[in-house]
Amino acid sequence: MKVALFVPCYVDAFFPEVGIATLELLERLGVEVAYPLDQTCCGQPMGNSGCEEDAAATEALFVANFAGFDYVVAPSGSCTHHVRENLTAVRQTKETLKVRKATCELVEFLHDVLKVRDFPWAEFPHAVGLHNGCSTLRALRTAKMSEIEEPFFSKPLDLLSRVKGIRLVTPQRPDECCGFGGTFSVFEEPVSAKMGYDKVTAHQKAGAEYIVSADMSCLMHQRGCAERLGLPIRFIHIAQILNGARA
Amino acid sequence: MKRIDHAEASSKFIKAKDHLEFHDQRLWDLRQKRDRESEQIPEWEQLRVLASAIKEHTLTHLADYLEEFERNATANGARVHWARDAAEHNQIVLDIMRARGARILVKAKSMLTDECEMRPFLENRGIEVMETDLGERIQQLDNEPPSHIVVPAVHKLRGDVARVFARTIGTDPKNSDVHYLAESQRQHTRPYFLKADAGMTGANFAVAETGTVVVCTNEGNADLSVNLPPLYIASIGIEKIVPKIEHLGVFVRMLSRSALGSPITQLTSHFRAPRDGCEMHVVLVDNGRSERLGMPDFWYSLKCIRCGACMNTCPVYRRSGGLSYGATYSGPIGVIIDPTFNLRRYSSLPFASTLNGSCTSVCPVKINIHEQIYKWRQVIAERGALPFVKREAMQVAGKVLSNPKLYRAAVETAGAGIEHLPRFMMYNRLNAWGRQREVPAAAPQTFRQWYLKNRSKP
Repeated sequence: MKVALFVPCYVDAFFPEVGIATLELLERLGVEVAYPLDQTCCGQPMGNSGCEEDAAATEALFVANFAGFDYVVAPSGSCTHHVRENLTAVRQTKETLKVRKATCELVEFLHDVLKVRDFPWAEFPHAVGLHNGCSTLRALRTAKMSEIEEPFFSKPLDLLSRVKGIRLVTPQRPDECCGFGGTFSVFEEPVSAKMGYDKVTAHQKAGAEYIVSADMSCLMHQRGCAERLGLPIRFIHIAQILNGARA
Repeated sequence: MKRIDHAEASSKFIKAKDHLEFHDQRLWDLRQKRDRESEQIPEWEQLRVLASAIKEHTLTHLADYLEEFERNATANGARVHWARDAAEHNQIVLDIMRARGARILVKAKSMLTDECEMRPFLENRGIEVMETDLGERIQQLDNEPPSHIVVPAVHKLRGDVARVFARTIGTDPKNSDVHYLAESQRQHTRPYFLKADAGMTGANFAVAETGTVVVCTNEGNADLSVNLPPLYIASIGIEKIVPKIEHLGVFVRMLSRSALGSPITQLTSHFRAPRDGCEMHVVLVDNGRSERLGMPDFWYSLKCIRCGACMNTCPVYRRSGGLSYGATYSGPIGVIIDPTFNLRRYSSLPFASTLNGSCTSVCPVKINIHEQIYKWRQVIAERGALPFVKREAMQVAGKVLSNPKLYRAAVETAGAGIEHLPRFMMYNRLNAWGRQREVPAAAPQTFRQWYLKNRSKP
């Protein structure tokens, strides 16, 4: 099994600790992970802005970087979603289609491919609220969404519930969008910030000390909101908790 | 026409804190009621599949079903008219009324007549038009369009309604009791039902095999509008056709559950034929629908049954209000319909979305709303209707992110302050991020730099 790590641009620049935790966790689980050094981005910022033409070269680079692998693992649901559903600006060669299919969000990879259920090194003695990013929830379908009547399931909770000492809390409107939305966060700033305020306040009211997510981009926005509001809430990526972070 | 600036309009809506909180919570309540109702029906997801399939079948055989409807409605004794666009629709209604000397029109809720801007057209030509749905009447008296397709005045608090009614129908300005206000409107409206020359409704469904117009309401005003005046006119968008009466059951089970979280509307009225000595007219309106039907990515939007579930669940709509969209149709469904009327004017609307997909999941006819929003963004960029700042930022981003060397030069500026953050991440509206949020600090080293130090093989 040839596995590559994709560290999205914003994680690379702002949250290298998330990339490190992802890599270390996969290594702990005995996976040999390659990190293609010329990787940059999946093309989502341009695609989501309507500029697929401007995304084409970035998508081509993504395909070139990851063509040789059985799995491309990313600690980001929204990037994974872009690659799977919307990596359409680049020519749809056999290679492109293979890369699109091979790309996997970290929780999915742990839960469905490696089928890991135990993280004996992980202990997180805090009250934690889970935030499922919208692409992760409604497109990758890693958990039951409130809109659809179906039996409960949650891949991130399956994993987190095996962490020692963790106390999971549920905010009001648990799967309402937090308002990040990529360029939405700047071009629709008033609504974006209000949604973020509502989201972090709901977690705080539920007693969360931390908000955990498989999507660091949502957390970047939420953290900015919480800091501005002066809420004592902290933010952590699911890879960090599963890799054994204590705080 | 000027481009709608949704962000600017939403900013005003958000500043009115009480209104915002009420609006958000009221519509979220409807969403939760919808969840509870749909949970009661084990086959809900199958119903959605079925409803979608019926609509897709009908839309792909639309001409046949429309002609079948015309034949049967005509045989029932109704007169059927065809309107290519809003102007034709309005003229047809005016001609029908003028030919009979009709001066007063009482009407039930109809988004189509709002779409056609019929009311000002008729009023400017000497016809008095009375909206009889409570919410629509509030909006008419306040000279505002509806802000929601099902609950038109949901953005108003009862104090606002008290002020509108005091100004227009003479209620006590200090009394904002909802029963008092509703009763006052009722008393004010009743005489119009009796003296009206004509009544009008829209339609929720039009059944081809029976030529029936089906109207679902909660207030009884549609039935009074139809059954008291001697002349009844139904304005119907051509996409409202369903083939057979048996298909109605699927939609009637879903409509009110999706809209208001109630099992069914108080009234589901089937208007089939004129009363003795009276007239019934049906105006079938295209107004851009045929053109939309020919759009490979966007024709699915014609499946819409106007329940408003997508609006109730939309976190952006709930926090920006329907009027911020500057269009007849607001919220997620509006975002994918409005650009078909005027791409440039409504070019900001598909960006008033986080692409979260909740709308798609509640839609009873399974319209892929958020995927269409994504597609509209591509169309808007292709047609050169993006704001310059975004266009330019994306061109820069595309160049930097497709070139590993440029990318690394942009992000590997150890310890850079926010003023050095790569432009493709913060765009030109850096201030917009920082206005109400703290800006993330760039890490002292990127992941790649860490990797080269800690993992690279000699």
